[in-house]
Amino acid sequence: MQRYLVGRLLQSLVSMFVVSLVVFALVRLSGDPIQIMASPESSQADIAAMRAYLGLDRPWPIQYWTFISRAVQGDFGKSVRFRRPAMELIAERYGATLELGGLAVLIVIAVALPVGVYAAVRRGTALDYTARAFAALGQAVPPFWLGLLLVLVFGVLLHLLPTSGRGTPLHVILPGITLGWFAVAGLMRLTRSAMLDTLGSEYVKLARIKGLPERTVIWKHAFKNAALPVVTFAALLFVALLNGSIIVETVFGWPGLGLLVIEAVDSRDYPIVQAVVMCLSAMYIGVNLLVDVLYAYLNPKIRYSS
Amino acid sequence: MSTGSPAALVEPAVAARRRDRRWPPRLPLAVVVVLLLGAAFAPWLAPRSPVEGSLGERLAAPMWMDGSRPGHPLGTDRHGRDTLSRLLYGARISIAVSVVGITLTGTFGVFVGLLAGFLGGWVDTLLMRLVDISLSLPGILIAVLLSVVFEPSFTNVIIVVVFLLWPSYARLARGETLGIKQQDFVALARVAGCGSATIMVRHVLPNLAPSILVLATLHVGYVIVLEAALSFLGVGIPPPTPSWGVMVADGRGLIEQAWWVSILPGIAILVTVLSLNILGDWVRDRLDPKLRQV
Repeated sequence: MQRYLVGRLLQSLVSMFVVSLVVFALVRLSGDPIQIMASPESSQADIAAMRAYLGLDRPWPIQYWTFISRAVQGDFGKSVRFRRPAMELIAERYGATLELGGLAVLIVIAVALPVGVYAAVRRGTALDYTARAFAALGQAVPPFWLGLLLVLVFGVLLHLLPTSGRGTPLHVILPGITLGWFAVAGLMRLTRSAMLDTLGSEYVKLARIKGLPERTVIWKHAFKNAALPVVTFAALLFVALLNGSIIVETVFGWPGLGLLVIEAVDSRDYPIVQAVVMCLSAMYIGVNLLVDVLYAYLNPKIRYSS
Repeated sequence: MSTGSPAALVEPAVAARRRDRRWPPRLPLAVVVVLLLGAAFAPWLAPRSPVEGSLGERLAAPMWMDGSRPGHPLGTDRHGRDTLSRLLYGARISIAVSVVGITLTGTFGVFVGLLAGFLGGWVDTLLMRLVDISLSLPGILIAVLLSVVFEPSFTNVIIVVVFLLWPSYARLARGETLGIKQQDFVALARVAGCGSATIMVRHVLPNLAPSILVLATLHVGYVIVLEAALSFLGVGIPPPTPSWGVMVADGRGLIEQAWWVSILPGIAILVTVLSLNILGDWVRDRLDPKLRQV
């Protein structure tokens, strides 16, 4: 177990190193930053001075070291557009992303688990077919389009809900549903098939023969054992939500990190893009690590194998 | 299941399912065929140019609504460009991205997996670590980064597709290779004097084909949605190229006056991807049922 943990931790660090290297290299590849910053009439001497001031005349490894040691301290430079430190903007925006993600997670768990469980229990009934049709649809509907459809129906036609920005609790409903939708489909399918496996097992038959109430059989005996693959899905869920939040925030003008980075792309605001990509990647890699460790803890096969 | 043997109860159902699966499901197949034909013959089928609009015909409604104009059965967008024509040309983008993307990804991933599985040892360890690392990087952020550095382009989309999908091909190819390597015909080829390279290419690779093909079919729908999402965000195919994602993005601000501009391309994506997914499931059940995951 310990060897596994150390190995897994090292791997995460390497992943983070790769991300930082990619971020660093791509921005350097994009051309000479001095050319963008300097005005056309500045002299050669000015440019050289500026280059030295920014440390761009030094060799690449040293530049990378400067970049990474500042990044670790949360210093990504100032946003070109807002003229404020990139980290400050991230600190302002991440709360909105968390609020949206939190609601989506609630929706996913509240809808996918019960529906998945009962679709398996009542296999072949109308509920099962509806759930499966919904799951198939869920994976084919592009999230950005679903968002627009909801805007059209609930905002434009019914005038029920606000469709843009953040303010009242009502504002989070449509983006939350849009973000949760895709993950609901995946988790529901997974729960259903895991439940079908356990429902066919000997111990569930025994529980039934013992005369336990159906609810106890389903939740305590079958579902508990079906939960393991569902835990693994947590990592995938996070991926879906992270990718989705960028899209959903763009559709609904939700002022979170996703919208921040997409706006930064439009205005070529490198410091913001770098900062958001590094922060979100760190979160992403961190959660993956956490899920693997949790999985190893829950699954004795991994715990004892190494 | 109180009477009769379980086998007797199960068998008719299994047989019926087998009968059902001999032919691909008709409706999804028809959708895909129509899509392919539409894309292939877009220049002849499309009533107008996909990129040039006429300003006099801006935001014309589809033909079943008030405010429609002759010659624009599905209406026009804010530049007066014909929606049907753009949809037809857009199908070309979706098909091009999925064919090019999946071919490159498959080739690269299979090459890596084959090497790792066949050679084993440190090569295997190193390559599989690379797979793990690649899986732990967030793809959509890489796309965002690429589009800031280079202009958004077809190539960027392909890079992102390859980046996101190659690990699954590498893992699958490696797993299959490990099994195939143990079989007698590989040992016999060795005895007959074949080198490692020959065995890999001539004897192992053809045996990987069915499962790789299945995985590729299952990925087509995913790649189409991915391309549309990237293009929607402005980090994929750049406008005015009529990618379906670009079209949805075009209609974003118009949802109140002209819903069709973004809703229709969305329906095109939905129907296409749903059909491709159903066909993909069918191919999997036919060729390689053991791949069936969740």
